[in-house]
Amino acid sequence: MAQVQLFGLWGSPFSCRVEIALKLKGVEYEYIEEDLSNKSPLLLQYNPIHKKVPVLVHKRKPIAESLVILEYIDETWNERNPILPHDPYERATARFWAKFIDEKCIFALWKACWSEEKEREEAAREACEHLQTLEDVLKDKRFFGGDMIGLVDIVANFMGFWLGIIEEATGVKLLTEEKYPKLYKWSEEFVNCSAIKENLPPRDKLLAYMRARYGVSITY
Amino acid sequence: MEGENEVKLHGMWASTYSKRVELALKVKGIPYEYIEEDLRNKSPLLLQYNPVYKKVPVLVHNGKPIAESYIILEYIDETWQNGPRLLPQDPYQRAQIRFWASFIQQQLFGSFYKLISSNGEEQEKAVEEVFEKMNVLEKGMKELLPEGVPEVDGNNSGVLDILVTATFGPYKAHEEVFGLKVLDPEKYPLLFSWVQKLNEIPLVKGVLPPHDKLVALLQFMKQNGLKPSS
Repeated sequence: MAQVQLFGLWGSPFSCRVEIALKLKGVEYEYIEEDLSNKSPLLLQYNPIHKKVPVLVHKRKPIAESLVILEYIDETWNERNPILPHDPYERATARFWAKFIDEKCIFALWKACWSEEKEREEAAREACEHLQTLEDVLKDKRFFGGDMIGLVDIVANFMGFWLGIIEEATGVKLLTEEKYPKLYKWSEEFVNCSAIKENLPPRDKLLAYMRARYGVSITY
Repeated sequence: MEGENEVKLHGMWASTYSKRVELALKVKGIPYEYIEEDLRNKSPLLLQYNPVYKKVPVLVHNGKPIAESYIILEYIDETWQNGPRLLPQDPYQRAQIRFWASFIQQQLFGSFYKLISSNGEEQEKAVEEVFEKMNVLEKGMKELLPEGVPEVDGNNSGVLDILVTATFGPYKAHEEVFGLKVLDPEKYPLLFSWVQKLNEIPLVKGVLPPHDKLVALLQFMKQNGLKPSS
């Protein structure tokens, strides 16, 4: 059995985050694709509480929750490519924005794309507020982590890649170059970054999936 | 040196999140200035320090603000490395604690919130959910602490002790107001005995909100349909 295993899902941004981190650190791992309609006994054993992916298993010990896994990876393989900064205040700041993205942004953006017409305006307003916040946080940096990608960039993968695809599938436009030039530029840097590029799901496959799974329920 | 290590905490006396930070500061022996916030009339400083959420607690260290209680706890542990460590050194143990902190926050508090803000059949379902989550927590803590709860005092408390204290310490007030025994000693013996031990610690007694004052506030909120929000 491989020392490191990742139970994941090809189209999940949460799963992708962990793959990015493992690749950044040069960690070899065995990847196990989960079928969420038929979860493997191993997954249920390793994550009995949430029964979700991703789950990282290192030396037979499971870790669940993508943010928890990212910190674990950073602390365990700490010789290269730090995901979190060294300074405690900068670490707290990175954790704050990662949590903000996870708890507020992603849900708001998702809602703004998929909700019924009457709710969409309110959802879009909130989503745009959050995008502006991130635009202001990024300032003139290349990445949220500075010159190199860090925790916040990894956690923002939804904005970097998934959002554009969902926008294409739904016709909703949120992250435009016009409104958020810095964030837009960041998203281009993000997908071209070598550590990220190889770990993103195939664009066409994801677009087709989004259209098929959700397209039917959208009424314009 | 003056101003070298200036620590201020913007908090609220009944807020469980605020209490977490106070407990951590006290356990670490860090001197701080406490600023009580009126949540119906938040200070301009608070809004400046936490523009995203506009909530307490906010720790301000040498003029730099940190928000979100769990993040503050980790910051405190990483910055003041003398004295008791709030988190263990081992990455796997740290991951487990972070997992449970997240569970308490999102799952447990989520269901508490549903419980106090619903009525009738919906509330009955919410009660079931609370008991389910408490079960999960009890089981999880049993696995995490196979030898039972270690003897705790103000000198060796860690993050989990702090979270458990802040969440369940005032359980008698909660029971009195909501008429529901959540921290049931028969259902959750480990959690119950843990809370008993923690509540005996003088440091904890000094931090937790006074029973009668808390009951009065919770009654007021219940009667006026107010929801907890820091």
